[in-house]
Amino acid sequence: MEFPDNLVYSKEHEWVLAEEGVATIGITDFAQGELGDIVFVELPEVGADLGRNATFGVAESVKTVSDLYCPVEGEVVEINSSLEDSPEQVNSNPYDKGWMIKVKMADPSQLDDMMSAEDYAKYIKESK
Amino acid sequence: MRFIPLSESDRAHMLQTIGVASVSELFADVPDSALRSELLKIPEAMPEFDLAEYFENLAETNNPARPRNSFLGAGAYYHHVPAAVDQLLLRTEFFTCYTPYQPEVSQGTLMASYEFQTYTAGLFQMEVANASMYDGASALAEGVIMASRIRKRPKIVMSNLVNPAWRRVVETYTRYTGIEIVTVDDVATGASVSLVEAVDKSTAAVVVQSPNFLGVIEDLGSIRSACDAVDALMVVAVAEPVSLGILGGPGMFGADIVAGEGRSFGGSLSFGGPGLGMFAVKEKLARQMPGRLVGKTRDSRGRDGYVLTMATREQHIRRERATSNICSNQALCATAAAIHISLLGKRGLKELAEANLSACHYLADRIGSLEGFERACQRPFFNEVAIRLPVSPKVVNKRLARAGVTGGLDLSPCYPELNSTMLFCATEAHSKKSIDNLVEVLSEFEK
Repeated sequence: MEFPDNLVYSKEHEWVLAEEGVATIGITDFAQGELGDIVFVELPEVGADLGRNATFGVAESVKTVSDLYCPVEGEVVEINSSLEDSPEQVNSNPYDKGWMIKVKMADPSQLDDMMSAEDYAKYIKESK
Repeated sequence: MRFIPLSESDRAHMLQTIGVASVSELFADVPDSALRSELLKIPEAMPEFDLAEYFENLAETNNPARPRNSFLGAGAYYHHVPAAVDQLLLRTEFFTCYTPYQPEVSQGTLMASYEFQTYTAGLFQMEVANASMYDGASALAEGVIMASRIRKRPKIVMSNLVNPAWRRVVETYTRYTGIEIVTVDDVATGASVSLVEAVDKSTAAVVVQSPNFLGVIEDLGSIRSACDAVDALMVVAVAEPVSLGILGGPGMFGADIVAGEGRSFGGSLSFGGPGLGMFAVKEKLARQMPGRLVGKTRDSRGRDGYVLTMATREQHIRRERATSNICSNQALCATAAAIHISLLGKRGLKELAEANLSACHYLADRIGSLEGFERACQRPFFNEVAIRLPVSPKVVNKRLARAGVTGGLDLSPCYPELNSTMLFCATEAHSKKSIDNLVEVLSEFEK
């Protein structure tokens, strides 16, 4: 399992890449592995306002459906619409092609509460 | 499974184990005033022969509606069901109300459900149909909840020409959900024309029934335009799917969700039940749909196979966030409907619809020619028509009953302003002679 160092992580297994006030959000390698083959990803509309830890969508795999949580408050500025036709990118490429939404953060300091790659790896190990 | 009731010694042993002296001590918290001191007055046991006679006598006091001489519709329509339907249903493989989970042992049942879905989608002209709901009313309620969830808006604009019983079920289902039902009165015109004025930006969906409760075919095109103006969903109720043998399906007019009652196919009137809910949506809404969905796929050897699909919407997987709490459905009634529709075929369905249309139009023309009788509105109708009478519907129905005829529905309990109006239904079951007979009795009330 991979957890890139340039990302921060949530307890709900989302990752965030912060660049110039915009957070790109997806789910981790661990999360996609737990879900299994993802067949559908439901995403919000561009322009939607999301509260901190609000549900922004749903990932549906062959065995379950899981809510997706947005770790930072803000407005959705872009969604990965290629997931509509190719949701399997979340499995094959969770940190790159499998990204889900981009959020213009209301308060970037909320990122401080998230975990580093190292802490997240530890968190998974402990919760297992 | 064997059932062996408790013996006295079992009971004593159990009481001793839990440290209670008697069974009545377990009910010590129930106040005496709430306890019955004597036994229920149930008659003594009867020999089987006497018991059969007792129930025969009781059954004879019923006055079952003879299809030819009953003009009562209002949501439950008599249609001739070919004998082959019941005969095929007797196959034990079909004899269940449940949709099977295990495709490896249930291909036949799943295929029957798939056929039902295909027919439903075809009739409604919709992209996806599920494997059935409990009945038309609960299907409509689920459709309303689904629409509100999708649009994330609280308001539902519903015509009061939707079957009043269905509206009550919708109100029951949506109570405490935050959904606000705005019912628009269009009785005066007989069609949902003023409905569109109540549609605004907080409206999640507009709900109409066609043909509506007064038998009138609604202008679904104008409802669609009103929905488009505020991006609301269009929910259409179909109480009499036989009408779709000649009318365009709601999907043709852009309906997003269609909820129907399927009893007209393969079902019977049997004291009002059982019903059969039909439910169809646009494909893009499929993941928000309630109920079971059977899909067709290929197995490892390339053969056609049927499986439950998109089950992740359902409560056994998605728990409290499921799209609905429906689980078992009306698989047996759905199978009956599928068999009936397949026996009718495309041409048969059209002919059936035409027979209904012409029977009811003959009835309307004949009654309308009587002095003092007139149609409540001059709009197109299918197999039901509302007619104003010169006397009280109660009086008319009493007289008809004496002639062995079940009259139409007195509309005043549902719509107080229609105080002398009766809803008559005629289907393929009605011969010219049976309608003439009705008209003859009614002519006694001519002004």
